[in-house]
Amino acid sequence: MTRITAALIAFAFVSACGPGRYAREARAMTGGDPVRGRTAVSTYGCDTCHTIPGIATANATVGPPLMQIARRTYLAGRLVNTPQNMTRWIRTPREVDPQTAMPDTGVSVNDARDIAAYLYTLR
Amino acid sequence: MIRLWCISCTLDRPRTAMLFRLLVLILATSTTACSGDQSVLNPQGPAARSLFNLIWFFIGLCGVVYLLVIAAMCWAIMRRRHETDDHPRTERRLKFAVVSATALTAMILVGLTMASVIAGRGLISPTGPGAITVDVIGHQWWWEFQYRDVTPSDWVTSPNELHIPVGVPVVIVAQSRDVIHSFWVPNLQGKRDLIPGQITRTWIQADEPGVYRGQCAEFCGYQHAHMAFVVVAEPMSQFLRWIQRQRLPSTDPATEEERRGRDVFLASSCILCHTIRGTPAGSHVGPELTHVASRMNIAAGTLPNTRGHLAGWVVNAQSMKPGTRMPPSTLRPDDLQDLLVYVRSLR
Repeated sequence: MTRITAALIAFAFVSACGPGRYAREARAMTGGDPVRGRTAVSTYGCDTCHTIPGIATANATVGPPLMQIARRTYLAGRLVNTPQNMTRWIRTPREVDPQTAMPDTGVSVNDARDIAAYLYTLR
Repeated sequence: MIRLWCISCTLDRPRTAMLFRLLVLILATSTTACSGDQSVLNPQGPAARSLFNLIWFFIGLCGVVYLLVIAAMCWAIMRRRHETDDHPRTERRLKFAVVSATALTAMILVGLTMASVIAGRGLISPTGPGAITVDVIGHQWWWEFQYRDVTPSDWVTSPNELHIPVGVPVVIVAQSRDVIHSFWVPNLQGKRDLIPGQITRTWIQADEPGVYRGQCAEFCGYQHAHMAFVVVAEPMSQFLRWIQRQRLPSTDPATEEERRGRDVFLASSCILCHTIRGTPAGSHVGPELTHVASRMNIAAGTLPNTRGHLAGWVVNAQSMKPGTRMPPSTLRPDDLQDLLVYVRSLR
């Protein structure tokens, strides 16, 4: 019983403070919310093309897998991996690379920040 | 909920973890039971309501009987023996009690059967005037809804999205192209099987405008779980506007990108399975795409209809819905971009 109480208290604590160091850092880097970003990934359909750790529906092989993307040096082989470039690539991939197959999916600025925040938790 | 579940994984004592998981499961079931989407406990039409009442009548009556039986058993266990127990008068009283309990049980069973039959009769034929008919064809793993007209060119085909006017009974004439499926919209009606080589019928009616999710309810193969559809119930005027719009062929491309996209569609393997009225694409293997952009979902309720989902689906549907009849395609990236623009313009 004490375990359950402890777990519930831990849950309250976790939901108040975010899931950990990676999430805190991702928030600071992007100004977005990784929890909201996780939902946005399925809303815009990122999961139909990419394999993304932590998202059950995202096991597609159309585009590259996004595991450890926070450690990647370049994005799309075109941009240096910075939070600004990440949100830019998510929002307007064709502006960055007119040859890309990744479509502009109409992601809003805030949603792009949230998605980037989630992706920066993937180390 | 998922987070709660993950916490249970961090508990090191297996029994505590198990108990905790049980708690999470109970919480999860109780919250999903309350949400009205795709639930028999949230009836939105006359047929579903009569089923709902029947369920509660059964649960209520059987619950009372159950409590009475348990109470009688407890009383029998607790009761002390008396000297008068072997008396002929007690024997007679006992016999009377047993006979009346048996008679009552028989009457209750007959009553429940009658209630069930009456509710079942109500499900067979629609009540009220002016029923419309929709033909439903089940495919592995998607739904085809056809609104047939006296003029065949006015037939409307709407894959995976069944529009109905509110307050009007809609007769469903169902058939299957491959295996047995089952048409089920829990908020509106019970299940009806789609049997190859046979035509089965049912009817639905929605009392309130809304979107009700339906689902194949007979295991029909690998992607049975991803064979869903939506029922969009709307006021008659809106419904008529919808059907007028669906009757029209696709509009001609308005921009250069759309024009290129149409050329990609017509020159690639898409044309082998899909119809877009107003173009040479006229195959009926897969769902019609004349007005695909007006629909809420793609892939039979599997994915929301957004550009991102569409892109992944077009290129490799297998990763989202393994086993689906739609093969992967290797479009050039710029062709894919143009195709997406064109398909998104088919409103």
